[in-house]
Amino acid sequence: MTNLAKVPGQPGEAAGPEGPQSAGAEAAAAATAGSHGAATAEPAVAATKEWREVWHRFATNRLALVGTVLVLLLLATAAFAPLIAPQDPYRQDLMNTLQAPSGSHLFGTDSLGRDQFSRVVYGSRIAVLVGVASIVLTVIIGVALGAVAGYFGRFYDTLVMRVADVFFAFPLLIGSIIIITVTGRGVTPVIIALAVFGWATVARLLRSSVLSTREMDYVHAARALGAGHRRIILRHILPNSIAPVLIYATFNVGTAVVAEASLSFLGVGVSPEVPEWGNMLAVGRGFIGVYDYMWTLPSLAVVLTTLGFIFVGDGLRDALDPKLR
Amino acid sequence: MGRYVVRRLGQMVVVLLGATMILFACLFVIPGDPVGSLAGSDKARDPAVIAQLHQRYGLDDPLAVQYGNYIKRLVQGDMGEDFTQRRPVSEILAPKLVNTAKLAVVAIVFDMVIGMLVGVVAALRRYSLLDTVVTLATTIVVGFPTFVIGMLLLNTFAVQLKWVPVIGDPGDPKQIILPALTLALVDAALVARLTRGTMLEILRADYVKTAVAKGVPRRQVLLKHVLRNSVIPVITYIGISFGTLLGGALITEVIFNWDGVGMAMNTAVQQQNNPIIIGVATWGVLIFVLLNLLVDLLYAVLDPRIRLG
Repeated sequence: MTNLAKVPGQPGEAAGPEGPQSAGAEAAAAATAGSHGAATAEPAVAATKEWREVWHRFATNRLALVGTVLVLLLLATAAFAPLIAPQDPYRQDLMNTLQAPSGSHLFGTDSLGRDQFSRVVYGSRIAVLVGVASIVLTVIIGVALGAVAGYFGRFYDTLVMRVADVFFAFPLLIGSIIIITVTGRGVTPVIIALAVFGWATVARLLRSSVLSTREMDYVHAARALGAGHRRIILRHILPNSIAPVLIYATFNVGTAVVAEASLSFLGVGVSPEVPEWGNMLAVGRGFIGVYDYMWTLPSLAVVLTTLGFIFVGDGLRDALDPKLR
Repeated sequence: MGRYVVRRLGQMVVVLLGATMILFACLFVIPGDPVGSLAGSDKARDPAVIAQLHQRYGLDDPLAVQYGNYIKRLVQGDMGEDFTQRRPVSEILAPKLVNTAKLAVVAIVFDMVIGMLVGVVAALRRYSLLDTVVTLATTIVVGFPTFVIGMLLLNTFAVQLKWVPVIGDPGDPKQIILPALTLALVDAALVARLTRGTMLEILRADYVKTAVAKGVPRRQVLLKHVLRNSVIPVITYIGISFGTLLGGALITEVIFNWDGVGMAMNTAVQQQNNPIIIGVATWGVLIFVLLNLLVDLLYAVLDPRIRLG
């Protein structure tokens, strides 16, 4: 498990020092610098222009494009799994177990003769489902509580942040196992478990960026014009403080996919017969050095997925905030 | 400093109380009767035996009383008895904690040495081929989950190259290398990136320029000014990443058959041995919280702005 929570805020050049690419990005950054001040002061007016520049910076980042391709590939595989998979991922063929990769079984067959390629393809569905759903849930809880803590401050701040500290103190996997011990295994428990022990970081991130946004002139102006808390938070504060959360969320789809695969690998994720990457690896682990395709190919699926989201996250961070480069 | 320490300790107590409440609640709401399997198979259960077991484990007391007792026992180091061997959880877990601690310490040493070395070299040779390779490698390694790294290392160095036995004598010091490396690699990559970034920032700082301008030898500038200041974020990072390390230890220990708390938890999950599961989680939280406290205090010592601010 990688702890990517620290990545967005850290100094350094994650995107790599490739000459021509960063020159382009820096030129774009320089071009933005002029309009940036105006944009922060009056977000509504300069919004379209700013987004175009963000997109430009993202599109000129090679790793970000590689990541985008990987993520799109994953989404397409998940969406069209029945069309791509040559066989039913549950179909056992006990006469053809442990077949090495070949024309008829691209990724070979497992110990029950199930087609590994079909299982990897269908595995993308669980990965996308759990990855996206758990992150959406994490962000919803984290943003709601983080905004309340940062905006209202005082009692709410102390309450929310102390509760966040408590959940933050649980290592993700250990916390998730406890929840699953209570609820039983399955897709929904995994999603809930990951969100329950993930929201604290989002709440912290959002709170700290709300704290600085709250003091901006346009917020004071909105308040002076009689805008209510709800309007100020939704229209003025959130749009201007959500960027770190978006970056974190993108990074962490990959982390969630890994966490889910880890739980299944340990036998506490989804049921063992479900085509899922962690399940495949749990079986493949027994064949290390004997039938290596059993674990290397599902591993590749996990790695490419994680890298895809990390690259997109990196690119998004550099595009949204060139100062962090 | 004194007030800062007191405030920080207070926060820690609150976190621990909250965490134990969650753990206790889980212990309580876990479906099924916790003494069920002890009382025999489904059909042969004797209600009298069940009642007796309930009484022995205090399962009939009110919730608040049970929580109070739980905390009282926890403070005394008593984590209850496990369900399968009926031995104290703390007694079962103690030797396993030692094993995990060994693994974690070696991993952190690998982590810091590899990470900082690579980061420093990359920062000093900025934009060189080496720097590019390092940056790309660290970016890619981060995408490798613990179980993939573990299986890759196991396959490469134990199965194929036979440098280390796949299943060897637990006393053999060589046995620790692969699991520790597995735990360390991802964090080492992050530490390398962190060190490189911080170094580059510090190399541009005014006090470094001043030191260079007044003719301090390069070596001394690097050691006294640059390196010293770039250690601070790394220490913080290592402290925070310890929680991840514990999670990673779970997977690593299972892959390498390392007899630590991770293995204990894995076995307990399969046997539904809840006291062990909760015991491991309690230790995990406790260690994480204590380490964070330590890091924060260290940080306050290193950087006066923290304790005064």
